[in-house]
Amino acid sequence: MNKVVAKENLGKNVIRLEVEAPLIARKRKPGHFVIIKIGREGERIPLTITASNAERGTISLIVQVVGVSSHKVASLDVGDTVTDIVGPLGRPTHIEKVGTVLCAGGGVGIAPLLPITGAFHEAGNRIVSLLAARTKELLILEKEIGTVSDEVLVMTDDGSYGKKGLITEGMEQIINSEPIHKVVTIGPAIMMKYTSLLTKKYNISTIASLNTIMVDGTGMCGACRVTVAGQTKFACVDGPEFDAHEVDFDQLLVRLAGYKREENYNYQKFLKNGNCQLSSK
Amino acid sequence: MKEFNIEPVSIKDEWRSELRKSMKAKERTAIPRVKMPMEDPEKRLKGNDEVNKGLTVAMAVQEAKRCLDCTNPTCMQGCPVGVDIPTFIKYIEAGDFMKSVQVIKEDNLFPAICGRVCPQEVQCEKLCIYAARMNKEPVAIGHLERFVADYERESGAFYLPEIRKKTDKKVAVIGSGPAGLAAAGDLAKYGYHVSVFEALHELGGVLRYGIPEFRLPNHIIEFEIDNLKKIGVIFHKNIIIGKTLSFDDLQEEGYMAFFIASGAGLPKLMNIPGEHHVGVMSANEYLTRVNLMGAARHGYDTPVFYGKNVAVIGGGNTAMDSVRTAKRLGAERAMIIYRRSFNEMPARIEEIIHAKEEGIEFINLNEPVEYFADGNGRVNKIKLRKMELGEPDASGRRKPIPVKGSEYFLDADLVIVSIGVSPNPLISMHKPELKVTPWGTIEVAEEHMKANLEGFYAGGDIVRGGATVIAAMGDGRKAAYSINVYLL
Repeated sequence: MNKVVAKENLGKNVIRLEVEAPLIARKRKPGHFVIIKIGREGERIPLTITASNAERGTISLIVQVVGVSSHKVASLDVGDTVTDIVGPLGRPTHIEKVGTVLCAGGGVGIAPLLPITGAFHEAGNRIVSLLAARTKELLILEKEIGTVSDEVLVMTDDGSYGKKGLITEGMEQIINSEPIHKVVTIGPAIMMKYTSLLTKKYNISTIASLNTIMVDGTGMCGACRVTVAGQTKFACVDGPEFDAHEVDFDQLLVRLAGYKREENYNYQKFLKNGNCQLSSK
Repeated sequence: MKEFNIEPVSIKDEWRSELRKSMKAKERTAIPRVKMPMEDPEKRLKGNDEVNKGLTVAMAVQEAKRCLDCTNPTCMQGCPVGVDIPTFIKYIEAGDFMKSVQVIKEDNLFPAICGRVCPQEVQCEKLCIYAARMNKEPVAIGHLERFVADYERESGAFYLPEIRKKTDKKVAVIGSGPAGLAAAGDLAKYGYHVSVFEALHELGGVLRYGIPEFRLPNHIIEFEIDNLKKIGVIFHKNIIIGKTLSFDDLQEEGYMAFFIASGAGLPKLMNIPGEHHVGVMSANEYLTRVNLMGAARHGYDTPVFYGKNVAVIGGGNTAMDSVRTAKRLGAERAMIIYRRSFNEMPARIEEIIHAKEEGIEFINLNEPVEYFADGNGRVNKIKLRKMELGEPDASGRRKPIPVKGSEYFLDADLVIVSIGVSPNPLISMHKPELKVTPWGTIEVAEEHMKANLEGFYAGGDIVRGGATVIAAMGDGRKAAYSINVYLL
């Protein structure tokens, strides 16, 4: 069970795994995520399902290596098994036909953006996608996003690929050039804070998908709480998508950094102990 | 509900009359209550070993002699599952420990668990004639229950309950906590095919993620679950009913009845300023990190905060579990902040005593009004205010009233909020036809635990909101009985 059937490098330290999970593949909708755990000592980490294949009984997960747990996921090879997978979790994206949808993704946030873009496309919307990354080698899924978009624009912070600049600059240009009826924005919390401020200025309804800290992911621990419209919400059962204009991103940013010190310490220790399978392969 | 009796035991049985006559009541009442051997507090804090060590054979037999084998045993009225208390105790006095544990298991399949975590002092032991009529310490029913359960487990000669004729009917149990396990055990004994679906990656529910090792060792939970497997119960981990599989899927697979025991859910918060600072977390999160995820164990990946000054808000068992865990993880000050006094504290007395022995500070008649954080957003201070007790409120406890102008500050770098939980929302989100109360708990008729839909039963915290392990087990047994009547 939970066998890895395919593995692909998407960019620097970003990999895609196709994993057997037939029950989840059958139920999964765009916007859903899973919690996975590697080994007895592993952590439970949430990952968006970027695609699924009900016939093959598989789901695709994309992970960027940032710490011990993501390192362990990325170290899995075809034929290995993921110890635990549970899902699909969260509420699926509310898909409707609105006209033109601007899908703005940053960094590894493009992974969860892909299935949502696909669903809005399938619902008959015109899709303008704007993908942003710090640098060319960190840009993922450009081709896949292209197949479900009417237009794709790329931006990098350093100008190594596409247009140079920040995602908000690109968005503003698009908004000024044609009527946009909805924005989906997924990326680092700091990016979503500013993309959301921008669309608020233009009064365009905007969805953000939040990647909060979670432990159980099933509506029990409360670690994933965020303030939305002044109320406490739980990303695992109420989200992970919320009305971006109502999310308290400043609070989210602080909470996301909560375990940074512990995590960095653990990761350094992990790498020092010779667990660095990823770089040796 | 005595469906699986070994030969019925009567108080008039010859051996029992003999036993009763072998000692005068006065001699029996003169025996002092046994003292549970305990790990030294200093040593406790260095590890995670169980605090209570268990009675020796001699201690158990001596304690059993105290029981007067009353003709009208009031203790039994205090037991939510109606264990035949005097009979199991008299078997201990007679030295037949295996028989004793069989008597308990007619009504309670998990005496090793209940002997450890039941609040006996407000149940059976409260109604024991010693406590109720003689103003003496009650017979140590809980300690004795644990003794025979441990004796049986350690003897290796384990008694598996008899299975009635197997039927091909399938029943699904949702959740592997105390309610689910109790229901699964009984349903298997009735002869059904029982599948238990657990959302997490380990079995046991709150017994696993909530109650710490020093109060209920994991190997005991594993042993009990293994025994259920031996009588045919099938366990599925990592399956969320309502997400991974729907009730319709289960019906298609031939499941004819459902027992929903999905347990407690999201933590309640006080909605005071600063509650979202880093380092303010729910007891559910803290205990799940430590107990389920092994955060404090060597080589485990899940992080946890090691606070120097840890404040736990609340006075229940979960609060005690959290504060004692924090002390074991090296807190210099581990404090309970509770808005009422010791008299109203809902935690078990034994847990409060153990906590005091371990150096836990009790800041009673206080409540937090705001949390403050350092430049990184990590909590560093609590503003507290003092409370005084007024008239009794709806719960019958005296209502805490804030003392004007009594606010002051307390240093705390970890705050654990333990003021209760709301029911898990996943099932009711998935099955809106299922009738829920305004609090989100599933509505059932208490006499048979049946929900508003045909074939649906529910029990434990998803019905009660937040109750004891034994109450949940009682629900599980009651539901199993009703499901059997329904499917017969």
